[in-house]
Amino acid sequence: MRPVPSGSPGDVVAELCPGGPMLLRGVSAVRDEHGELHEATRPVVAVCMCGRSQRQPWCDGTHKAVRSTRRG
Amino acid sequence: MRCPHPRGPLSTMVRGSLLRHAELDLDAFTRRADAVPRAHVLRDGDVQLALWTLYELHFRGFEDVSADLEWDPLLLGARGVLECLLERDLRRRTVERVQGALDADGPVAERIFDMVAADDGPRLAAYLHREATAAQVVEFLRERTVFHLKESDPQSLVLARLEGRAKTALAELLYDEFGGGRPERLHASMFADSLVGAGLESSYGAYLDEVSGTTLAVNNAMSLFALHRRLRGAAMGHFAAFEATSSVPSRKIAAGIRRVGLPEVVAAYFDEHVEADAVHEQLAVRTICATMVEEAPGLEADVFLGVATCLLLDGLAGGELLERWRASGSSDGPVEQVAS
Repeated sequence: MRPVPSGSPGDVVAELCPGGPMLLRGVSAVRDEHGELHEATRPVVAVCMCGRSQRQPWCDGTHKAVRSTRRG
Repeated sequence: MRCPHPRGPLSTMVRGSLLRHAELDLDAFTRRADAVPRAHVLRDGDVQLALWTLYELHFRGFEDVSADLEWDPLLLGARGVLECLLERDLRRRTVERVQGALDADGPVAERIFDMVAADDGPRLAAYLHREATAAQVVEFLRERTVFHLKESDPQSLVLARLEGRAKTALAELLYDEFGGGRPERLHASMFADSLVGAGLESSYGAYLDEVSGTTLAVNNAMSLFALHRRLRGAAMGHFAAFEATSSVPSRKIAAGIRRVGLPEVVAAYFDEHVEADAVHEQLAVRTICATMVEEAPGLEADVFLGVATCLLLDGLAGGELLERWRASGSSDGPVEQVAS
């Protein structure tokens, strides 16, 4: 992964992890597909991208089970 | 915390020196250490407690030990003797996993995740989730006090040794571990709240005298890697594997805590780690470890050594607990009855 160019202090840069979640730095909340707002309580949050997390919209590591199934 | 009770000749010599009863005889100490059978090093309570005690001089120290002794040459010499035993044993036991990762293709981050995925260690979290009694869950919490009450402290020592992107990522991760500016969210404080909720002592070192040698070894490996700049790759590999084996098990442990009816505050610590460590594992594996290896390819083998060490020791510590519960179950009837 190459370093992302740094923007102004207010910029939010999303980082997609291969086979894993999307990391978001400095967001105050994430709105899910039902319109519900989930407060971000830490400086970096991981948003589920595999759809299997039991803590939507946050990643809970479940993608690893998906990954090991895929890898046989 | 006071200087812990000794468990054998080595920890007796360390304690005697710390309490200024007798100057440490380094030759005698070395001979004693050399006599420890190699196969026993990781679970030898005497070796591991002696080393843990010497390391603790660099963290919180002991109320009955002079702070001046942190850099005492004889004590550092004794620490070096035990570190040599520990590092040699860790390298010996992880050589196949490390070589396998070095020989594998693909990006470093994927190889770390593959090492974690390939680990077939004992299923402690699954047992806590579905089968453990309340007493066994509490016993698990007691063993974990040694680590969680100083959570991430060893790794914080590595920050000054990193540069650029890896340093930024470690700082970001540690900021979260250390509460993100809120003392009540310090992970160590949250664990202390869990302990109180479970009816346990939450003071630092409260259960030191009863935890196993292997549990102490888990913690000593972190201090070994963190206190030596040459082992910074192993320190971060270990941290990465630790974070990458936390999220899913934490979810199971939290569910197990609720199943046996312990208060919500006990589960809260593990709930926090489900989401926190899903972030931390990405930072530690991809941004810290992969960047370190990209910038200094010579660190690759040590990063894998750290990963393999974490998996090895977690497996040994988890297996030991399960075995203890199984043994008490087989001798005295069903585990559930014995431990209740």
